[in-house]
Parts: sequence; C-alpha cells; structure tokens
Amino acid sequence: MAELTYREAVAAGIAQEMQRDPRVVFLGEDVASAGGVFKTTEGLLQKFGPDRVRDTPISEQAILGVAMGAAMTGLRPIAEIMFSDFLAVCWDMVANQIAKTRYMTNGQCSFPLVIRTANGAGFRFGAQHSQSVESWAMAVPGLKVVAPSTPADVIGLLAAAVRDPDPVLFFEQKSLYATKGEVPDGEHVDELGKAKVRRAGEDVTLVALGAMVARALEAAERLQSENGISATVVDLRTLVPLDTQTILSEVKRTGRLVTVEENPRLCGWGAEVASIVAEELFYDLDAPIVRVTTPHAPLPAADNLEDFVLPSVEKIVDRVRMTLG
Amino acid sequence: MTNPQASKPKAEAPGPKEDIAEAIAPATRLKLFRSQLEIRYLEKRAYDLFLQNLVKGTSHLALGQEAVAAGFGVAMRSDDYTFCTYRGHAHTLVRGVSMAGILGELMGRDCGLTRGKGGSMHLTSVEHGVMGSYAIVGAHLPIAAGAAWSARYRGTEQVAVCFFGDGATNIGAFHEALNLAAVWKLPVVFVCENNLYMEYTSIETVTAVAHPAADRASAYGLEPVLIDGNDVEAVYRIALQALAKARRGEGPSLIEAQTYRHGGHSRADPAKYRPRKEVDAWLARDPIPSYRQRLLALGFSESSLAEIEQEAQRAVDQATEQAKASPVPPTDIAGRDVWASGGSEWRN
Ligand SMILES: Cc1ncc(C[n+]2csc(CCOP(=O)(O)OP(=O)(O)O)c2C)c(N)n1
Ligand SMILES: [Mg+2]
Repeated sequence: MAELTYREAVAAGIAQEMQRDPRVVFLGEDVASAGGVFKTTEGLLQKFGPDRVRDTPISEQAILGVAMGAAMTGLRPIAEIMFSDFLAVCWDMVANQIAKTRYMTNGQCSFPLVIRTANGAGFRFGAQHSQSVESWAMAVPGLKVVAPSTPADVIGLLAAAVRDPDPVLFFEQKSLYATKGEVPDGEHVDELGKAKVRRAGEDVTLVALGAMVARALEAAERLQSENGISATVVDLRTLVPLDTQTILSEVKRTGRLVTVEENPRLCGWGAEVASIVAEELFYDLDAPIVRVTTPHAPLPAADNLEDFVLPSVEKIVDRVRMTLG
Repeated sequence: MTNPQASKPKAEAPGPKEDIAEAIAPATRLKLFRSQLEIRYLEKRAYDLFLQNLVKGTSHLALGQEAVAAGFGVAMRSDDYTFCTYRGHAHTLVRGVSMAGILGELMGRDCGLTRGKGGSMHLTSVEHGVMGSYAIVGAHLPIAAGAAWSARYRGTEQVAVCFFGDGATNIGAFHEALNLAAVWKLPVVFVCENNLYMEYTSIETVTAVAHPAADRASAYGLEPVLIDGNDVEAVYRIALQALAKARRGEGPSLIEAQTYRHGGHSRADPAKYRPRKEVDAWLARDPIPSYRQRLLALGFSESSLAEIEQEAQRAVDQATEQAKASPVPPTDIAGRDVWASGGSEWRN
C-alpha cells in the first residue's frame, strides 16, 4: 500500500491504463507539457510521448468530437475538460453525439471513452468554475457517471471507466485533489455501479458523493459522539449505473434517508434516490426523506458566502437530528 | 464581394500525376454516371413515398446535389470513412449501402439500416465506412477529425471525408475542427456543399465572406479550393487529390463545391424564398443531363447510358418493394442498445 494524493492518483490511474493498452490516448487543454492546470497529469507526456498525450487548442467541442471519432474507430480516448462547468460549451458532443449515437445506429458503433473533468466548489472560483454538474450528466440516457471520493477509487474507477465499452463521465472533485489516501499496490481495477458503505450505522442512512462523503462521515462521527445517533454512510461512487440495491438495503435497515449533495437543489441526483426509496420502500420509512443540497442559486465566490451555501458538517448534523425528531 | 483567389478553382498539392491530367477511364465515367442516377432515382422515390405518407418524419433530399456525393464515392477507398449530415442519403448510398436499407429506414421498417431507431437523418452503415449522419449542424466535423486521428494513430492510411452545408461554416464546431485538423495534420477531407441556402435563409446574407468555406481556408493555413459541385468529374478529380494528399500525411483539405438543391430544405418546404430566375439557372445546370451529354460527346453509346438508367431505376423499384414488404420493427428494440451490453438498464 502506498499513500497518494487524489491528484497523484489521477496520473497514476491514467498511466496504469496507458501502460496496459496502446489504444488508450489522452487529450485536453494544458494536459501534456504543463501536466494539467490542477497538476493531475504530470509526467504522462514524458512517459507516453506526444502521439498519445496531446495538448489541444481551447476547443471543447473539438476535444470531445475528436475523442468520439477516435473511440468509434478503435481507440480508447481519455479526454479532459478542464472544469466541469465547461461541459456546457460542448454539451452537444456529450448529450447528443456521444450519448446517443450507439442507440441511433442500432448498436453499430461503440464509444469506449472517458471524459475526465474537475468538478465542484471549495476554491472561491465563483459560479462558472465551481459547479457540481454530475446531475446534468445523469439526466442523459447513454452516459455512465462516476465520481470517486478517494485516491484508491480514482485509480480503480478510472481503470474501470477506461475498460468500459460505454462513454463515462468521470467527475474529479477538485476540493479533494490535495487529500491523501492509501492505494493498493500493483494494478487496481474497480467496478462501475457499486456503491460502498463507508460507515455502518443503525439509525439513519446518509447517501453522499464525491467531496460530500468526507463531510457525511464527519457528521456521522459527531452525531455518534454528541447524540448517540448511529449513521450509515453510503458513498455512491457511480450515479449511472446506480447501485440502488445498496441504498435500499441500508435504508430498509435504518428507516431513514438523508442525501448529501453538492449540486443545487432542483433535479439533483438525490431527488432520484429519494424517489426510488419513496416508491419502493415507503412503508419501511420512519421519517420523511431529507435532502441536503446547495440552494437553487449560482455559487458565490467570497469565502464566507461559498462556505455558507455548501452542505457543511453542521448543516448535515442539524438535518439528521431533525429527521430523528 | 468576391475573393479572386478563392473564386478560381485551385488544385493544390496534386497527387499522382495520372489522377489529375489523364483522362478518366471509361469504366470510371460510367460509374460516376450510374452513381448520380442511383441517387437521383432514390431521392425521387423517397419524395414519392413521402407523398404517399409512407415516409414519416422529415427528410432532406440531395436532388440537384448528386455530383458531390457521387464524385467522392467513386474516388474513395472502400475502408475510408464518411461522415455526413441529415441530407445524407446520397453520401450513404455511394458507399455501397443497400437502397432497401435506406428506404426502409425512411419508412420506419425493420429492414432499415438502423431498424428505425435512427431515421432519415441518422443513416449509418459502419460496415461500409458510413460512420453516421449527423443532425446537429457542424457536430460531425470534429468527430471526423477524431476518426482521422485514429486512422493515423493506427497506421491504416484511411481518410475521413466529412460532408456539410454552407450553413455549417458559421458554427463554432467548423472552426474548432478545421484548426485542430490543420494543427494535427489529420487525414481528413472537409467538403462543403454550398447550395446557397441554409434552411430558408440565403447564406450570403448571414456570412461575412463570399465563399463561406473557401474564404475561410487561409485562416487555417489551407489552400482555398472552390469547385463546380455540379460537375461530377471536377468533384472526382479534386477528391482524388485531397484523398491522396491526406494519405501521404500532408494533412486536411477544405473543399467548397458550389451546387444547388432542386427542392426545398426538407419535405415541408416549398422553397418560395428562392428567386425563380435563380432556380431556373441552376436547373439548367442540372449535373445529370449535362454529364449524359458529355458522355455522349465522348463517344459513349446512347444504349449503354439508357441501360444504366434502366438498371438504376429497377434497383430503386426493387428496393421500394423490399422496404414496403418489410415489417415494422418489433417494439422491444426501443429499449435496446443504449449500452454495449445491448440493454438500457441504469440501476441494479
Ligand atoms: C446546431 C443546429 N442549429 C440549427 C439546426 C436547424 N437546421 C437544420 S438544417 C439547417 C440548415 C443547414 O444549412 P446548411 O449547412 O447549408 O446545409 P443544407 O441543409 O443546405 O444542406 C438548420 C438551420 C440544426 N439542426 N442544428
Ligand atoms: Mg446549404
């Protein structure tokens, strides 16, 4: 076991897959010579050369279009979109082209590609460089959606995404880049569509994703020590496919569900989770389902404002206490 | 406003000499003739079937623009890639795709190329190198560049040919793709079919330059190439050159082929916005009768041409019957092929 930062795990994960499969190529803005604006891809150019690791112009549609054309003709590209907010610039490629072309061609084409992107808040970058947009992707049939919360998952889920025959949006939470964690030695490959129970409890189930997992875990510790409330924390890891079995079995056991989402309220992934639980587990619930989200407003930049709108440990603790009366 | 440099057809970086200067072989000429006729008859049939309410949804015909698809189709290698637009029946057919597969798709039948899941605007036949028809204007230019990148990376010497309209030259994806393809020297040929109109708006009223593609070429370090898109041999020759250049590793080409659609933009459009004189002038330049005359002047016999016409018509008739006889697709395929697993499940 080695300890890596989440940031280092990105390069390690890409390198693992490029080493294994010559069809894996990597492209994006500032990713090669500069090693990425978040320094997530340092050393890849030196290791794999300019044919496989390519700097692109600031052309998000071209980045994803090229990745798509390469994927449908035999390569397995990894494309970086620097900030997930910029997906809005190339959403046609994501939502109309990459997601739908397998279906529209009756399965004639495959799109084994990964779109990596830095997602989420925490750096006071304001409303166009801080969004959590994984729910946008979740709403489009044909896309798999992954959001790792630990360095080990960055490597394992990235490997699974690269090896997957379908397009995967891979959301790296930028507030996690500096966090550290143990990663397994040797090749590490995980599985898409499997949530993880990070903490087992009896009274309430917190379902979280990305940077919210650590906050949910911290909230759970406080609830335990301050109120004797025992919380389960489920790290979804993948939104599509969604591991509803893990969610349902944990909620069935605990009778309560609180989702913890960095995204704005309306149509956030937690709404889908809540609806599934309400439809399938209504009579096992002991309290109304609660969603903790950012408000339905753009993200502000100032330290105190950004902190104020994001789901904090305090907010999570408060809402959980309320569901327990 | 005209750009004298661009208005002169320009043949750059010629390929093997014989491609350019030498006479086109008789058999090739007949292929060019046949290919245009097949497109013409197929598109006319698509229109008739629409009038009979057998073609649903929308359809965008290439009547009048046959020479561009035909010239490229004959010049391309069988493993080259085609990327085309919603106006793509012609570009699909010229790669050897079955007429019944095309008509069946337009009619929503099980024998359709994508069993009715794509429809008229998304004809695709990967086994023929037809990598899709794209209905978001300009989207396929970067995708074609990606296929070209992949071909070079894999060392296959395949070329991606990407067809689009004049209207597509004003969308960002056009410029992003041209720049990236030029910087990366990709084996891709961008073919702009300038039919003077977007949907209902004349391209010149919304474009800063006279030749929407050719006048933009120099911005990407490419030679401006402007050709008569109604002259199938001109198209064929330029196609050979551009394909050879791409295969030699010398990068992309951007070709503007001037042409005209005989009908409206789509089935719903009577095209009243076009001046009668303009329409008449272009109808007089119909690519097919003029090529027929040229072939006769070159010594091809009337009977050999008539025979090709009959064969093409028969092929369309047969395909029509085949498509009409095909059942509608089973509804269970509506939920298939979202994923490579064949299914559409999003949860466990
Ligand atoms: C991005 C986008 N904007 C608008 C449309 C609607 N639309 C479909 S075809 C068309 C005209 C395109 O004109 P052109 O590129 O000249 O191609 P042509 O139809 O003449 O072959 C428009 C505006 C679209 N499909 N995609
Ligand atoms: Mg046009």
